[in-house]
Amino acid sequence: MRRQFHSPIVLLGARLLSPYIMVFGWYVIIHGHYSPGGGFQGGALLAASVLLIRVAGGRRVARLQIQEFATTPLAVIGVVIYFATGLVAMAMGGYFLDYSALPIPGMEPEWLRYTGILIIEVGIGLAVMAILVMIYDNMVRGEDYA
Amino acid sequence: MIWELELIIYIFLAISAVVALEVKDLLVAVVMMTIFSFLMALLFVAMGAIDVGFTEAVIGAGVTGILFVVVVFQTSRKSND
Repeated sequence: MRRQFHSPIVLLGARLLSPYIMVFGWYVIIHGHYSPGGGFQGGALLAASVLLIRVAGGRRVARLQIQEFATTPLAVIGVVIYFATGLVAMAMGGYFLDYSALPIPGMEPEWLRYTGILIIEVGIGLAVMAILVMIYDNMVRGEDYA
Repeated sequence: MIWELELIIYIFLAISAVVALEVKDLLVAVVMMTIFSFLMALLFVAMGAIDVGFTEAVIGAGVTGILFVVVVFQTSRKSND
């Protein structure tokens, strides 16, 4: 076990950097269908911003951002968004994840494909972020760093 | 991509890999592996695979580094029994 000490500079740097990483993660998720990146990369960026606060601030500060019991429901919500979109398209007469069959009124099929991919990527990003944070929380269970 | 720059990145890649394998301190090895991931992401982008480079930079350098640091903090070099 290594020596631990509290450093306000590290905490300040992490608090300064974390919101910008999170905004960039949402940018990557939302621009996923016509630029590099997508749900997985954006979700990993969101998880990196949450884990930065957890490593730098410890459990007392991390409780203010995303609590430990909230990770499992967030992952389940992401998976449900993904499969609900696919199954709704299937129920409306298309194939699984056939976005042009989604029942959103007043939309051309091209815009329906854009919107469908956006919904899918938000679901994937939520699930990836919640599961990466959950892995960290289960690894440090019982001990508190910083 | 300029080939001299790629050559420099390859040399640093080999140096960081050798240091990560040979060093005694595990925290230094984790940092060296993070540097390896960043250089690898640069090379992926230089070869045109921007998606792969993005994933490598986020996962290999960000999340995996944090998880390895946690593992290093939770283990000890000498066994207790």
